[in-house]
Amino acid sequence: MATSTSILSIEDLSIAYDRDKYAVKNVTATVQKNAITAIMGPSGCGKTTLLRAINRMHELYPNISTEGKIKLYGDNIYEMPTIELRRKIGMVFQRPNPFPTMSIYENVIAGYKLNGIHLKRTERDEIVESTLRDVTLWDEVKNALHKKGTFLSGGQQQRLCVARALAFKPEIILLDEPTSALDPVSTAKIEDLLVELKKHYTIILVTHNMSQAARISDNSMFMYLGELIEYEDTKTMFTNPKDPRTEGYLTGKFG
Amino acid sequence: MDSSILQKRKKIIATTHFGARSFKNHFFFGIVLLLSLITISIVFLIIGTLVVKGYHQINWSFFTQVAPDTFDAMMANASGKIIPGGILNGITGTLLLVGLASVIAIPFGIVIGIYLYENATKRYANVIRDITDVLQGVPSIVVGLIVYLWVVVDITKGYSVLAGSVALAIMMLPLIIRSTEESMKMVPTTLKEAAIALGTPYYKVILRVLIPSSFSGLITGVLLAVSRVMGETAPLLLTTLGNSSVNWNLAKPVSAVPLLIWQFYNDPNMVNLIWSSSLFLMGFVLLLNILSKWIAAKKSIQ
Repeated sequence: MATSTSILSIEDLSIAYDRDKYAVKNVTATVQKNAITAIMGPSGCGKTTLLRAINRMHELYPNISTEGKIKLYGDNIYEMPTIELRRKIGMVFQRPNPFPTMSIYENVIAGYKLNGIHLKRTERDEIVESTLRDVTLWDEVKNALHKKGTFLSGGQQQRLCVARALAFKPEIILLDEPTSALDPVSTAKIEDLLVELKKHYTIILVTHNMSQAARISDNSMFMYLGELIEYEDTKTMFTNPKDPRTEGYLTGKFG
Repeated sequence: MDSSILQKRKKIIATTHFGARSFKNHFFFGIVLLLSLITISIVFLIIGTLVVKGYHQINWSFFTQVAPDTFDAMMANASGKIIPGGILNGITGTLLLVGLASVIAIPFGIVIGIYLYENATKRYANVIRDITDVLQGVPSIVVGLIVYLWVVVDITKGYSVLAGSVALAIMMLPLIIRSTEESMKMVPTTLKEAAIALGTPYYKVILRVLIPSSFSGLITGVLLAVSRVMGETAPLLLTTLGNSSVNWNLAKPVSAVPLLIWQFYNDPNMVNLIWSSSLFLMGFVLLLNILSKWIAAKKSIQ
């Protein structure tokens, strides 16, 4: 697992709500570049908080305190301006959330629009087309680019949200249970898409769905009560888990 | 389940008087129906009375001429004609007053509303929220008195559009603040998060995502606040008094439709104009209400 280059290293990260309720405890891990890393664990184990800590979205929660470091290419993200960080680390949420006031076209380039970055028309068109092609949505929406994104199906909306996150060409894409609100067909499309995207991006995925992690991830983290119990390449973890708690979770004894 | 309990339940069911229950059910439904019919008929009676008594005064000159003087009205009454003139000075005055009041109250109200939404649990926000509620409870005549003291006496040195608008703006403010906060709450947090996750600076999250997403709610709140203050009379009596001709000067007094109604009420020769003016005011407010409901239904986001 440690053979290829790492892009992100989490160093002794602890996150607490209300000073003493730890959601994440002393997590240390390095994330491999151009791979899919899945974070698994039962509800309330801190996996979403860990994911959100990577682009500092967890700081939106009230009364949060963070110790430790996360380094992106060696730079501590907690010393970077959040605005700059979030342009490098994109995020896709549990439920599709395209901007309802914007068209499909505007949703894709929303990152540029909202950041006041002016693009020429040809540049915009190019970004919209190539990004929508990347998320395999182009053929479905090319004749409806200026319609509202909210008219799309749930699966299409979620791919649009991936496109929105990709338009900035981020280093890493964080996905928080991106298929939990989708039907099996749409889920399969998103999974295929993620496997395709890892050629160019690093993907970190929180999932409730063990078979999803088994299908598409290269490495898996198992978290329990805020601790990182086990972090292995996915095949090893599913066939030969080291920790009894991991084994218990994977065999459905709890979770 | 224990068979004796089962027996008991069967017995209870067998001896219950469903007839009585059914009667009670129908009885209370009847009462609710009656009370709602009364409520609805009040609205229709108001509109009906205004239409029946006011429609024959409504014509082109009603909207294009200023209020007649009492002598012309008396002559018209004596010869059995309709009263000449109209309420143009009132219409323009109302539009000017409400327009300027909106210009003052909307930015204040929306900024404070957004602040309350963003800092919902902070102590300072709670204080503002409570004070806003108090402001909403201040009687309109008191608002008029205070504005008389502040603006009429000290600033414009006389009754003025500005004074009237300030009074109306003070009354609109709590309505806009609360409706802004409520409509911001309707925007899903995930939209805000989506914008923040794109690295959007905070002020742009508000300007480009929150406000557009809650736009219909904001408009609805403003329109309802406008329709609420449009019929206010007491504060205007103390701040802008009235004017027999059309006036656009903000430092001069101006008339308003409710002021004209009050003036017509006090003049036996003008009685007929009360109804048509009231009909106009009622119709305008009704239109604003329908418009705001339509916007809320049409533009609501899913």
